[in-house]
Amino acid sequence: MAEMTPEEIKAQKPYLDWSLTEHEYDYICDHLLHRLPNYTETGLFSVMWSEHCSYKKSKPVLKLFPNKNDRVLQGPGEGAGIIDIGDGQAVVFKAESHNHPSAVEPYEGAATGVGGILRDIFSMGARPIASLDSLHFGEIDRPRTKYLINEVVAGIGGYGNCMGIPTIAGEMTFDNCYTGNCLVNAMSVGLMEQKDMQKGRASGVGNAVIYVGAKTGRDGIHGATFASADFADDKATQRSAVQVGNPFMEKLLMEACLELTHDHHDWLVGIQDMGAAGIVSSSCEMASKADSGMELNLDMVPQREPGMSAYEIMLSESQERMLLCVKKGHEDDVIKLFKEYELEAVVIGRVTAGHQYVLYHHGEKVTDIPVSSLTDDVLEEPSAEQMPARIKTAKDANVPEISDVNQALKQILAQPTIASKQMFTQTYDSQVRTSTVVGPGSDAGVLRVRGTKKGLAMTTDGNGRFVYLDPKIGGKRAVAEACANMISSGALPLGMTDCLNYGDPNDPEIYWELHQSVSGMAQACEIFDTPVISGNVSLYNENNGEAIYGTPMVGMVGLIKDLKHVIPSFVQKAGSLVYLVGLPTEDDYAGSEIQKMLTKTISGRLHDFDLVKTNQMMKTLLNAMEQGLVESSHDLSEGGLGVALAETCFNTNLGLKLDLDLTKAQLFSETPGRFVVTVPKNKQAQFEKMLAQDAVLIGEVTADGCLEADLTDGHLQVDVLEAQKIWEEAIPCLMKSKD
Amino acid sequence: MKIAVVVFPGSNCDIDLYEALATVCHADVEYVSHKRDNLDGFDAVMLPGGFSYGDYLRCGAIARFTNIMPAIVKMANEGKFVFGTCNGFQILTEAGLLPGALKQNDSLKFVCKTVELEVVNNKTPFTSQYGLHEHIKLPIAHADGSYYADEATLEQLEANNQVVFRYAKENPNGSLHDIAGICNERGNVLGMMPHPERAVEAILGNTDGLRLFKSLLENGIKTEVTK
Repeated sequence: MAEMTPEEIKAQKPYLDWSLTEHEYDYICDHLLHRLPNYTETGLFSVMWSEHCSYKKSKPVLKLFPNKNDRVLQGPGEGAGIIDIGDGQAVVFKAESHNHPSAVEPYEGAATGVGGILRDIFSMGARPIASLDSLHFGEIDRPRTKYLINEVVAGIGGYGNCMGIPTIAGEMTFDNCYTGNCLVNAMSVGLMEQKDMQKGRASGVGNAVIYVGAKTGRDGIHGATFASADFADDKATQRSAVQVGNPFMEKLLMEACLELTHDHHDWLVGIQDMGAAGIVSSSCEMASKADSGMELNLDMVPQREPGMSAYEIMLSESQERMLLCVKKGHEDDVIKLFKEYELEAVVIGRVTAGHQYVLYHHGEKVTDIPVSSLTDDVLEEPSAEQMPARIKTAKDANVPEISDVNQALKQILAQPTIASKQMFTQTYDSQVRTSTVVGPGSDAGVLRVRGTKKGLAMTTDGNGRFVYLDPKIGGKRAVAEACANMISSGALPLGMTDCLNYGDPNDPEIYWELHQSVSGMAQACEIFDTPVISGNVSLYNENNGEAIYGTPMVGMVGLIKDLKHVIPSFVQKAGSLVYLVGLPTEDDYAGSEIQKMLTKTISGRLHDFDLVKTNQMMKTLLNAMEQGLVESSHDLSEGGLGVALAETCFNTNLGLKLDLDLTKAQLFSETPGRFVVTVPKNKQAQFEKMLAQDAVLIGEVTADGCLEADLTDGHLQVDVLEAQKIWEEAIPCLMKSKD
Repeated sequence: MKIAVVVFPGSNCDIDLYEALATVCHADVEYVSHKRDNLDGFDAVMLPGGFSYGDYLRCGAIARFTNIMPAIVKMANEGKFVFGTCNGFQILTEAGLLPGALKQNDSLKFVCKTVELEVVNNKTPFTSQYGLHEHIKLPIAHADGSYYADEATLEQLEANNQVVFRYAKENPNGSLHDIAGICNERGNVLGMMPHPERAVEAILGNTDGLRLFKSLLENGIKTEVTK
């Protein structure tokens, strides 16, 4: 089939199907090229100007995030952000969404999501040491959802297990808004020596551009633009936009790249993952960052099938490929190194003087455009904003009516969002590389840093319900919750990454949600001193016009100074004292699990909370932990104090006897910034002096395996083993049922 | 005693074995590439877990044809110590150094958790520091760990006391006779699905695997002394 001529493109507007607008096309013709782009060039523009590559919609909002402090070595703009952890070492992390591919082809969508984020980490010169995920599905009530869950979980495990990188933490929630558009966010954390830091840049006229890894095929063409448009049932052909992963190839690629970045600094100028929009985005971004020109010969690109057009080669999103810029004269050294790993490395081009991006295919010049026209000149799209009516008119949520508090606790433990996820997490290798101190199922995963006393805590948190009810407060809560996970493990929060998952930003209400939630998150980041060092935006998460709840996922990493003080989330011994630490419990039922369980919906006005006070309290609690005063700590989240109390007793044979100045309903209130903490009796005075009014003594750990609490309007008494059984069996039971 | 940890393309528990031996047991240990064709100077060789060659074709089926394999067979024949965990066990069965095969788990899923094992044979150089019928806990992490052999082979294994570890309480993968680890007739080749190298440090919550390496080092030293 002959490609359209520039004139035919202008007349027939095929670019509209590739998500480039007519306004953008005209701007490119009139202001950037001063001519009509040909077919290949139009394809490059459409993919590079997509939201996925350019952040043209979200950029004004992303500027709100703080991204610097004394510890930040690399902020947003590279493969991943980097933070100093002392001793010449650094932690590297980033999260990425793979929502659209996972909704269409869940196994490969999730697997390549993991693969892509791992490449981002090792492209910085760091060895990936852990994977995390944040998954949001519809309610487990239909075969399609069960299929999606099983396949996504299998894809994450299949890729991560084979790579030999432990999946140590994550979250999974269930809500109807995700039925047609599940969220699959993957995060990777790496560790490196600061001296090995790499950047994705191509500089030095005459230096080689080298392609390494898997061959280029026709898979994933327009994956980036596909991720920048919403789903509809009438687009059945979208399956072809999903890539297929090969973790074995990636394992070899990782080892080879790490050998290159660690042992051969003198050969390498820059390195970048070929992620979304494949060769075009990696090469033009590397040129743009170094203010260079670049010339590529597409005939040299290793190809999996014959007859691929320039357009297809440039836009392919085949997995397990990297692009290197190598000093002239060291091409053969690099090729030989990759050959040792049985990988293909090929010189496909050179850095040139000037700023043109030039492509040759079959001896013909198929592209000749300024580098910046693909990267820096993208038109930012102003968006209209409007507060949704539901928020304007929201009133305080009703206080849930609970007659039998024992029954209510048992029932809430069986809610999928709260129930044990062990059925899924035990299909992930959480221990490989033997550094996992705390694995899945705790407030945060914890890894030791070999050869030091240090530990790294990590978590993912997103709560679409709160953002739906009030994006600004919801955004604050997401960051506060991640910080609480860090503190609860005995770690100082260092910084965060995010995946911003929202609906169609052209809807003013959705753009308002995005803007408000980011501003709430940014405010919390300032106060908690957790800069945003990397991240990703996923818009157009809609199915047949129904948007998901805006769901910003926070991925956070914290530093444990001395692993002696890593804090478990479950109680340790009978006789220890139990405290409720943090903000006073209020009637916070809007968006809570108890509200959803009893009313089948979420509604009401969210209450704001004091970030400064929360931060001070958390730092004091961490201080007490570092002084060895705390035996266990669990932060309160979905299901409130009731659920947290039960969870702290699971697998311990211990129980609790408490006297609470709370009502039955308040047992399930979700006021943020709270912890249930146990303290040995001989540390009581010291602990109470430090925490002062932030800690309320509520009772003791008992040996009888019974969770018992006096409430102002009733009495809770639940057998821990029975509660644990309900909590463990809920999801396996739902997944097995025939509905 | 000098120990080799073989690195195949796709091995990923190589560092775990290496660190357990080097850092925790202070043993003399070295990584050895699958491309090497001899193990001269080594007294023991260990095959790590992972996904050699991406588990393509069949777990361990391609690794068995690598350059290093004849050297491993030679060591086994010379009575030197050969140990394989997880994918290493799969490779040893593919290479015919141990009988039987590892099939896909009954659940058809990868499973990573700690399981209880019974030490059924403590007369091997790998298990001499455990008590007979002692129960220990070790992590497993595999998708293809269901041990299978025909009736005659199973009878022979039992009769020769070649079953070294058996799953106690719960059989996590459908292995016949609850087999978690077996040795050859001579007792110098051990293959097991559980990962003792993941259970050698208190900070990671379990040290039940430590005595396997200590047994080996102790028996290696004994052999050296008697030589």
